[in-house]
Formats: sequence, C-alpha cells, structure tokens
Amino acid sequence: MEWINAIVQGILLGGLYALFAAGLSLMFGVMRFVNLAHGDFIVAGAFGALLLVESLGLHPLLTLVIVLPVMAAFGYVGQRLVLNRVVGRDILPSILVTFGFSVILQNLMLEQFSADSQRLSAGALDTASFGIGSLSIGAVPLLMFGAAVAVLGGLNWFFGHTNTGRLLRATSDDGEIIGLMGADRRHLFAIATALASAVVAIAGVLMAVKTNFDPSAGPIRLLFAFEAVIIGGLGSLWGTLAGGIILGVAQGIGAQIDPGLQILAGHIVFLIILVVRPQGLFPKQKG
Amino acid sequence: MQISRADSVRIGLLSVVLIGLSMGPYWADRGTMRLLIEAFYFLALAQLWNLLAGYSGLISVGQQAFVGLGGYLLFTLTMFAGLPVLLALPLAGILTGILAWPTALVAFRLSGPYFAIGTWVIAEVYRLSFAQISSLGGGSGISLPTDIVRSMADGRSARESLTYWIALAIMLAVILGIWALMRSRVGLGLGAIRDNEEAATSIGVRTTRLKFSVFVGVAAMTGMIGALIFLQKLRITPEAAFSVNDWSVLVIFIVVIGGIGSLEGPILGCILFFVLREFLADLGSWYMIILGVISVGIMLLEPRGLWGMLNRKRSLTLFPIARRSPKLKSLNQDTP
Repeated sequence: MEWINAIVQGILLGGLYALFAAGLSLMFGVMRFVNLAHGDFIVAGAFGALLLVESLGLHPLLTLVIVLPVMAAFGYVGQRLVLNRVVGRDILPSILVTFGFSVILQNLMLEQFSADSQRLSAGALDTASFGIGSLSIGAVPLLMFGAAVAVLGGLNWFFGHTNTGRLLRATSDDGEIIGLMGADRRHLFAIATALASAVVAIAGVLMAVKTNFDPSAGPIRLLFAFEAVIIGGLGSLWGTLAGGIILGVAQGIGAQIDPGLQILAGHIVFLIILVVRPQGLFPKQKG
Repeated sequence: MQISRADSVRIGLLSVVLIGLSMGPYWADRGTMRLLIEAFYFLALAQLWNLLAGYSGLISVGQQAFVGLGGYLLFTLTMFAGLPVLLALPLAGILTGILAWPTALVAFRLSGPYFAIGTWVIAEVYRLSFAQISSLGGGSGISLPTDIVRSMADGRSARESLTYWIALAIMLAVILGIWALMRSRVGLGLGAIRDNEEAATSIGVRTTRLKFSVFVGVAAMTGMIGALIFLQKLRITPEAAFSVNDWSVLVIFIVVIGGIGSLEGPILGCILFFVLREFLADLGSWYMIILGVISVGIMLLEPRGLWGMLNRKRSLTLFPIARRSPKLKSLNQDTP
C-alpha cells in the first residue's frame, strides 16, 4: 500500500513538474532558446506570492491575479529589450546571459528575503484530503495536477486554434521564413516568452503552497523541468506531462526506498531514458 | 622559424612574469601565497572551460563534476590505497578522465543548450552519489588525515611551497598546452567546429571524435586541478566539491568578463576577478550581483569581453594563434 501511495503521490507531483517544464519547452520550441534562469523565475513567482500574502493578506492562490499578469508583462518586455538581442544561430550568448540572470536573481532574492526556507499556507486546503479505499489524496496535489492538465490543454488549444498560436507554430518550424511572410518575429518571440512567464507564475505560486522554497531553490527546478521535457520528447506538451509524471514517480519510489535517494532516483531514470531513447518518449520536433 | 620583434617582446615579458611567479615562496607571505594558489587554479579552470566553450562549442555548466571527482579520488587514493600524494595527484586526473568517458557518452546525446543543462544534471548525480558513500563521510564530508598531509613535505612552509609550485606548474601546463593545441591541426579543426559544425564535417573534420577527445582531456585536467584544490583545503564535502557556484559560475564569469575565445581573456578576467574580490567580497550577495551584471552587460555589448574591447583599435596579442590566409604570405614561409 505504501508503494501504491508513493506512486500516486509521484503522479500528482508530476503535474507540478509538467508545469515547470511547459514554459521551458515553449520557449525552446518557438525560438530554440533555453532560459537557464527558468527555475529562478519560478522561485521569483513564489516570492512574489509571498510578498502579496504578507502585504495585502491575500489567499496564496488569489495572488495569481497579480503575479501572473506582472510576470507575463515582465516576460514580454524582457524578451523585447534584452533576450531578442541574443536569440540566434550562436547559442553561446543566450546561455551565458540567462546564466548570468540566474545568479543575479538568486542573489537579489537572497538579499531581499534572506536564506530562510519559506512556505505559504493555503488555509484549510493544506490538510484537506479525499480517501479512495485506503489511499489518501491531498487537495493541494490534486489541485496542482488539475491545474497542470488545464494549462497544458489550454496551451494546446491556443497553438491549434488561434491565429497567434498558428503563427507561433510556424515560427517554430522556420523562424526565418516567417519573417519573410511579414510576421513580426520580435513580437512573436516576446509573446512566447510572455506565455511561458505566465505558466512560470502559475508554477511558482502552486510550488509555494506545495513545498518549501528558498532563494537558492531555482536551479534544481530548472533541472526537473529540463528532465521532464527530455523524457517526454521535444515539442510535445502532453509528452511533457508524461515526462513530469515519470520523473515524479521515479522520485516517489526513490524516496520510499531511502529518503536520501529521492532526487538521485529521478536523475538516474532520466539518464537511463536519455541513453535508451534520446529522442524522448513522444517527440514531435527535432532539437 | 624566425623570431620577430614582437615575438621577442612577448618572450621577454612572459619570462619576467614567470621568473617572478616561480620565486613566489621566497617573496610572498603566507596569505599572498594562498591567494596566488587560488588564482592559479581558477585561471587553469577558466582556460579549460574556455577551451570547451570558446574554442570547441561545448558549453558545459557541469565542470564541477570533474573538480569534485578529482578531489574525492585524491582522498580515496591516499587514504584507502595508501598512495603517496604526489603520485595520487596525477592519477586522480587520469581516473577522472576515464570516468569522463561514460559521462560524455551520455551528455553527447544532448546538443546545444540542452547539453549545458545535461552536464549540470550529471554533476548533480555525482554530488548526490558521493553524499551516499559513508566511508568518505557521506553528506558531511571528510578531512585528509594528518599523517598523509605530513608525508608530503617536512613542515608547513615546505608543504605550502610545494603546493604553490604544483599549482603554478599545472596552470602553465594548461595555458601552454592549449596554446600548442590551438596552433596545431586539432586547433584548426576545433575552430571550424565552433564556427559551423556542419560545414566542418563536410570538409572532413571528424567533429564528434574531436569534441569527445577535447571533453575527456579537459575533464582529466580539471580532475587534477580538483585534486590540488582539495589537497590545499585538506577537507572535502559533496557541497564544496561539486559546487556549481564555485567551479562553474565564477569560472564562467572570469572567462566572459575577460574575453571568451582567446587565451589572454581568461588571464585578464582572472586578474580582474581577484582585484574585485579584494575590494568587494565584504558585500556578500551584492558582490555576486555586481559580477553577474558585468558579465551579462559584456555578453550584450561586447561578447569578446574586455580583451576584445582592448583589441578593437589595435590588435594586441600575447599568445598568437590567429591564422592568415595562405595567399597573403609567401609559400616557403613556415609560420602557422
């Protein structure tokens, strides 16, 4: 029973990992660009929620009303002003600039919020749970998983059914041709980053309710996001959900064997899949 | 080979610096020596990272894997295999190179930006694995036993001088090795890969093999430097050994600020880094923020770093590796 419980909790945790991964995957898909500060932006979203809870007394989940548009706007402007300058054939500048951002952001948060571990309380939701047989499923993990499915479904619908979504897919297929067709690539890139940042905001706020976080918690989130993307296969949003779930279950089983093995088990399953099936489980696009 | 005026100035300058540095233990006090040892290994790490990212197009954020492996191998070889320190040091490097082989097989399945994060994951795997080994102190680490430390040399100052010379020798070997490599056929191939991998393949550069060899070679040297670092520190923990902040962030900042893709850049970056640290280290996290802002600014404004800025107007060079087109020189001249 403990094992089944570990697996179910792992699946639900996988939803959060898929949310971490969706933003990373979206930016890579549209502009072949990887933001090494991705995890730190997730943590910044969590601290943004903390700030609002402390100053306005909002319920943690309601802070999204402010955190989400602020981060999306920040993403749009950041892409137009800074990141568009480093998108291109040569990947070195983009990696080094976002790596620099990662360090700057971590230390700014450290300066502002100290190294203390934080967590947001969602009130009665924290302890609410449903029993299925002898399994007990927490309301927060379930909410997270539901949010992940909703966000990924929403993104899929957006890419398939809206004009901007189609333009973004076209940019993903060939970013140079799309410019010749009269689309504004700089604007489309910024839209992609704004969307990714909105997902990051959701991921950050949910993470703040689910687990402890501190200013140095970003890099490990980047690694989880990356692992979910690679396991799932590049370019497939539902693949990313599968990747998140596999990672979550691997960590759950690892933790069940020995609490010290939780993270290591996830990394090892990732490496095995990378060796056995480097294109991931459900690939749609070539790297 | 003719020696030009510029060459003799270069050789003269380098000899003066070298003689000064090699006499370090006779003129420097204990604090200065420690600082110089640290500068030597940071410069060596920076040059090696630059060989990967600046010359071979392999952008790794996981070199701490090899620093940590080298450090732990030194402790293992001296404590459990009973090898003398001076033998364990190069052996730790060689073994790190051997372990880098399977590491590279996995990492090379990823390309571009995902290669960078993949190397980071692998470094984390090493860190978490060493934290599980209880004979090496697990998560809380282990100190080098005093009898092993004492066996290195008679007395503390003799030991420190020896460490200093080893650090200097490793740094010089790294710089001169990379210089020689870049002036060889291999260097030409690497430059071609960095500029355009597909084109390089099409003209017969064996890109995968070349990149693989460079990655493993760099890992071996990085491992030996890691062994030296923890020989100096005398204590090793998984956090310190596989620290992304110490062995990747700072090293990358040094290269980016000084100038990526040149041998002079990392030297300039290293000098600047230690000067800044002397003045700003008390600022704590603001010091890291300042370094981060400088390196992001440099990447956006002058990706070739401070050395590139100095070189904008006149072309200075301390370690010439640039090649001229064959048409521009007479055919019998034998300069690279």
